[in-house]
Amino acid sequence: MKENKKNHTSIFFQTNNKFTYIILISLSFFMIMPLVWLVRSSFMDMKQIFVFPPVWIPDPFTFDNYPEVFEAVPFLRYFVNTFTILIPAVIGTVISCCMGAYAFSRLRWPYRNFVFAVLMTTLMLPYAVTLIPTFLIWAKLGLVNSYWPLIIPKWFGAIFYIFLLRQFFLTIPKELDEAATIDGATPLQILWHIILPLSKPALITVAIFAALAEWNDFLGPLIYLNKDEDFTLAIGLAQFTGLYHSQWNLLMAASTLVVVPVIILFFFAQKHFIEGIALTGTKG
Amino acid sequence: MYSQKKTEIFWAIVFILPAVLGFLLWNIIPIISSAVISFTEYRLIGPSIWVGWDNYRFLFVEDFLFPKVIKVTLYYSLVSVPLKLMFALFIAILLNKKIKGLAIFRTIFYLPAIVPLIAATILWIWLFNPDFGLINSFLQIFGIAKIQWIYGSKTVIPSLILMSLWDVGPLMIIFLAGLQGVPRTLYEAADIDGASNFRKFYHVTLPMITPTLLFNLVITIITTLQTFLQPYVMTEGGPNNESLLYLLYLYRTAFKDYEMGLASAQAWLIFIFIALLSYIVFKTSKYWVYYEGK
Repeated sequence: MKENKKNHTSIFFQTNNKFTYIILISLSFFMIMPLVWLVRSSFMDMKQIFVFPPVWIPDPFTFDNYPEVFEAVPFLRYFVNTFTILIPAVIGTVISCCMGAYAFSRLRWPYRNFVFAVLMTTLMLPYAVTLIPTFLIWAKLGLVNSYWPLIIPKWFGAIFYIFLLRQFFLTIPKELDEAATIDGATPLQILWHIILPLSKPALITVAIFAALAEWNDFLGPLIYLNKDEDFTLAIGLAQFTGLYHSQWNLLMAASTLVVVPVIILFFFAQKHFIEGIALTGTKG
Repeated sequence: MYSQKKTEIFWAIVFILPAVLGFLLWNIIPIISSAVISFTEYRLIGPSIWVGWDNYRFLFVEDFLFPKVIKVTLYYSLVSVPLKLMFALFIAILLNKKIKGLAIFRTIFYLPAIVPLIAATILWIWLFNPDFGLINSFLQIFGIAKIQWIYGSKTVIPSLILMSLWDVGPLMIIFLAGLQGVPRTLYEAADIDGASNFRKFYHVTLPMITPTLLFNLVITIITTLQTFLQPYVMTEGGPNNESLLYLLYLYRTAFKDYEMGLASAQAWLIFIFIALLSYIVFKTSKYWVYYEGK
């Protein structure tokens, strides 16, 4: 009877549940196959790609699509453009969010939690409602078709990252600040010499999320950049799709080029992704 | 002591200045301006003319496309949001068991979320290709006839929904974090009472993760209602406007027709809709969200 109950126990925690593995593995296929298809198509020539029924392994493997992509579109230029926006945007995000998170987690000032709560509401604000006026402001300033509209707002803190960093800063013992304050350190010195060195994992997480957001940003560049030579990878790729709409070998090679840097980053910094995302769901 | 308090407040003001300025510059001012612009006719070049409620009246009375846009957006969202949440929760529950290779599975399920959306979208156009795409050739093995996917007016929204199920990674991770926070003692207690697996899920797991569910629900509603890139690149709203999602319609009004007034009215309508919906979710949450210790 006791045995029986133990067996009955937890499908929730069972170690060797074949059924679980079967489901997990079949679902994994749903997740992975599209990516395999992506890479496989990028190594095929036009003839192979339009064979029915389709084959999985390119035969022969052709690497011609990749150089051809670079000839067909100024991919390197898009790459440089993307980084021209990404680097100052990420630096701005990290600096402004550290400042905000520090003030909201470790300094005492009136209405602190109220101000934080008000800023947090913007997390739920649909971007649709701010899109047009923001565009009109930049248009009035004559800065459409420049990178400024894509960079400058990032220097004004993003509440989501402020929240993440605040959660992390709160875990650092308060005594450290107090000791430093007694020694006469200003809050700026405390932030710089004590908090930030202890928060490297959180800083990296925010920098990665911010960099990915820039790499993937579509609507921003689409609205603000109209000249081909200013395009980022994301909108360059979209335009390429319009021009070469049936040359799937080239399109897949181009897409692979945009995906690979992100995947590499993911594998090097997986911990930061998972922890950062998991942290999002926890309340402060 | 008094002066230390003062320095702290001084530095706090310095440190929150960017965030507060940003809040005013990129949120408050645009929201108010967008409300004002929505009562004007403004085509970027030339003067803006005050037209009162005309833009709103046009959308609700004259614009024959607007009802369709609403219908299509609701159809997409009402199906996609619950499916995504259920799928993510399902995977998270499986991963929460003591299984081998958890890290590998977690990586695999998270991977699609890493793929830049534009690349993912182009890839899915190719997967949906009726003649040479992966999906139809897979279905052919089972003798299922060619489906037109994004090229058929009946199948285009289901196709977008299927694609949306591909990147449930972040939702899944958040659920997993929630599940790992459920004290095991609760399951042990349920075991002693002889509870079945279903009852354990329904009476232990589900109540304990309702805070996580609430968070995921709100986030998913907001992002799903504002889906833009997929229809913009995949279908351009077609065929027969069957995938003309709200944000794509708004984008066209603003940046193809340069009807800034009309587009602002559309923006405010979805803003109000999302605000109302979130309000309802939060208001009703006290009936279904369980907070420990309350």
